[in-house]
Amino acid sequence: MRLATKSTVPGEFVQVVHHDRCIKCKRCVMGCGFNALEFTDRVMPGENPCVACHFCTDHCPQQCIQIHERPYAQAGHDVWSPAMQKRIVRQAESGGVLLSAMGNDRPWTVLWDNLLLDACQVTNPSIDPLREPMELRTYLGRKPERIEVETGPDGKPKLKTKIAPQLRISTPIIFAGMSLGSISLSAQKSLAMAAKKIGTLWNTGEGGLHEDLQDYADCAIVQCASGRFGVHEGYLRNSAAVEIKIGQGAKPGIGGHLPGRKVSSDIAGTRMIPIGSDALSPAPHHDIYSIEDLRQLIYALKEATEYEKPVGVKIAAVHNVGAIASGIVRAGADYVYLDGFRGGTGAAPTVIRDNVGIPVEIALAAVDERLRKDGIRHEASIICAGSIRSSADVAKAIALGADAVAIGTAALITLGCHVCQQCHTGNCSWGITSQRPELTRRLDPSVRAEMAANLLEGWTEELKEILGALGVNAVESLRGSRDRLRGVNLTKESLDVLGVKHAGE
Amino acid sequence: MRHRWDWSKEISGCGLAGLISRRGRKVSGEVPIRAIANLHDRGNGLGGGFAGYGIYPDYADHYALHTMYYSDQAQDLTEDLLRGHFSIAHSEFIPTRPTEGIGDAPNLWRYFATPRSTRSETEGEADTVMKTVMRVNDEIEGAYIFSSGKNMGAFKAVGFAEDIGRFYRLEEYEGYIWTAHGRFPTNTQAWWGGAHPFCLLDYSVVHNGEISSYGINRRYLEQFDYKCTLQTDTEVMVYLLDLLIRRHGLSIEMACEVLAPPFWKTIDRPDMDPEEAELLEALRITYAPATVNGPFAILFGHSRGLVGFNDRIKLRPMVAAEKDDMLFISSEEAAIHIMCESPDRVWTPQAGHPVIGWLDESVTS
Repeated sequence: MRLATKSTVPGEFVQVVHHDRCIKCKRCVMGCGFNALEFTDRVMPGENPCVACHFCTDHCPQQCIQIHERPYAQAGHDVWSPAMQKRIVRQAESGGVLLSAMGNDRPWTVLWDNLLLDACQVTNPSIDPLREPMELRTYLGRKPERIEVETGPDGKPKLKTKIAPQLRISTPIIFAGMSLGSISLSAQKSLAMAAKKIGTLWNTGEGGLHEDLQDYADCAIVQCASGRFGVHEGYLRNSAAVEIKIGQGAKPGIGGHLPGRKVSSDIAGTRMIPIGSDALSPAPHHDIYSIEDLRQLIYALKEATEYEKPVGVKIAAVHNVGAIASGIVRAGADYVYLDGFRGGTGAAPTVIRDNVGIPVEIALAAVDERLRKDGIRHEASIICAGSIRSSADVAKAIALGADAVAIGTAALITLGCHVCQQCHTGNCSWGITSQRPELTRRLDPSVRAEMAANLLEGWTEELKEILGALGVNAVESLRGSRDRLRGVNLTKESLDVLGVKHAGE
Repeated sequence: MRHRWDWSKEISGCGLAGLISRRGRKVSGEVPIRAIANLHDRGNGLGGGFAGYGIYPDYADHYALHTMYYSDQAQDLTEDLLRGHFSIAHSEFIPTRPTEGIGDAPNLWRYFATPRSTRSETEGEADTVMKTVMRVNDEIEGAYIFSSGKNMGAFKAVGFAEDIGRFYRLEEYEGYIWTAHGRFPTNTQAWWGGAHPFCLLDYSVVHNGEISSYGINRRYLEQFDYKCTLQTDTEVMVYLLDLLIRRHGLSIEMACEVLAPPFWKTIDRPDMDPEEAELLEALRITYAPATVNGPFAILFGHSRGLVGFNDRIKLRPMVAAEKDDMLFISSEEAAIHIMCESPDRVWTPQAGHPVIGWLDESVTS
């Protein structure tokens, strides 16, 4: 039984306003999506606790507002930490499941930070990317095992092998799936515009394709998830590729729930559901209870798109991911999208977000190795996602075997996100994960698309520098080349699974 | 299996020299010895070797298996295996002479043999030879088959290349293709198996450079049952050529497009023939893991000719020359003038474009 409408757990942050500099413009008060500020005769902390989204601080013309951690000293205890106590109190008050957003925030080891890249010295020259070509173009999709060539009537060699449909991207970085509903139309449009500008892909997530984004369908991966929201013939046929979403790194084995209050007419129309109705994505696809069922859906989608679009499968990285991925490839998937346990979400049970799944570094290494052992690595590309934070993470993922990476949280940060982890509340002051018009209209796609594109350009340039230092001038020469990585402070078991030697070996 | 030489990758700089008589005129092994002696300073005495084609006319239809043994047991195990799968027409010590500068040699033995039967209907003679070479090199400790083609042979050791040539008495051999290699490994551990050429069946490769894509090339080859046991980057080159040409049926020119693919900006050029662009794109995306990246100049010998080939931005030197039916290729022009006093034409081949000398069909048939 819920005992209180409002939790007694104190907020973690508090705003400190320097009133001597404040000009009382109230921009901060009006900007706050959480009603965490109010104006009486001056700006004061408001009804709700501050979440540290920093919309107010970043928009204050006088820079006179700061956000501090609220002092709340407790007797020190490493096991019963304040955070742990607060969770228990919240559940004692509500009897419910605690929700969180973004990715796993627990201090698990980030293996990317224990892997170091190689560089050339003396015996082979490094290459200057400003002087020499440096190629990042990537093709995602099924490749043949071999190429057959025939001689044409003019005596010239001609391609005999039929090549399966490919996704050609200018850089091995794409945007992760984030549905309309989990993020706003302005946010989705920003990513779509950035993807088109750079020559890469964005991903509709499982919420359908809004009619305003039809111009960006040709660079969109469209998802077909367990709720089948927004899936129709045109949606599949106008896409760059179709993705069957089985799972998500932040909540493996868990479905989704977009509350009815977020289902506006835009979202209802796009998802093809009534306005205001809850949009429930079941935990499993109710027509996929086995690998042979997945094969049927893969081929149903290939039939629907006349074998002109790659069909990929997105899964969460779980313990037996190597065997699962092998089955998925044998079932006909053209790419496998691996989402690690640090991957983001609009909403997930905290207990699942923080405790289920495995690191994507491990999952990627296991899947790449398994597909090679099975002799089917060429049959599908691997996309790696779930906390790719920098171009260094991209390079390390490629060296472990990824064809490309997908970025979600990093992309949202370019749109203004400050990782306050309140996406599930629908109050995002930045207008990214909210559906409230007064909040979403402040996100200007023409500006934010440039910033998202800038990030891709910046990382792409950095990747070229990394490749140049490695002495290779094409990304395929780093892909799966694990001897260009060395581990530090990793256990022998981790190194074995990663297929990487320790530094100095 | 761990060997005392089991480091992950041997890196080296080197000197190369090679020649072919397109009409199949035989040239004494003395010629490549003198050429590579001229490039003495490109090696450091830690390895060298030669490959000659047309050198075994008496056993031209047999696979010449050149083998090095580090123990009697290794030899016994290998010979048991060979006797199980091959008819051996003749076997003998590879003739050598004591030579200053050449240290303790493993037992060097050669067999002229033919596979007795293949293991399945789809497996050809060459597959049996390849599998036997992989099995011996991987599974029998201290035994290495370092040359396995017909009417050709590789000769390699630790030392300066010209001393190695004398050690193997190469002046007593005559061939219509020769390649030679003097080695400058930057890792001081050197062993006989790690010297060039690297060979499988009729294919031999001598290489100057370092393969920066070794890791993925090796992992790619493992999917096709190639085992990189010699732990030297050049090894992947000869296996890739065998995979692409013999097993996947690509032409030598096509295989070169795979190893050093044209840049995308070349494939994208508006004046590129669309069908050619389609083929090049398909080759690049299918064989991306077979792209050999990093500096290299190689001489690739095979039963139909000799190929000289550079990486696509030419990070290692290579010079070619012609005189009548002869083609000469070397790291430096000086070595060419040792092999041929007054060539008709001397040129520097373009990066990523092979120079191919074909034997006349009358020689190969």
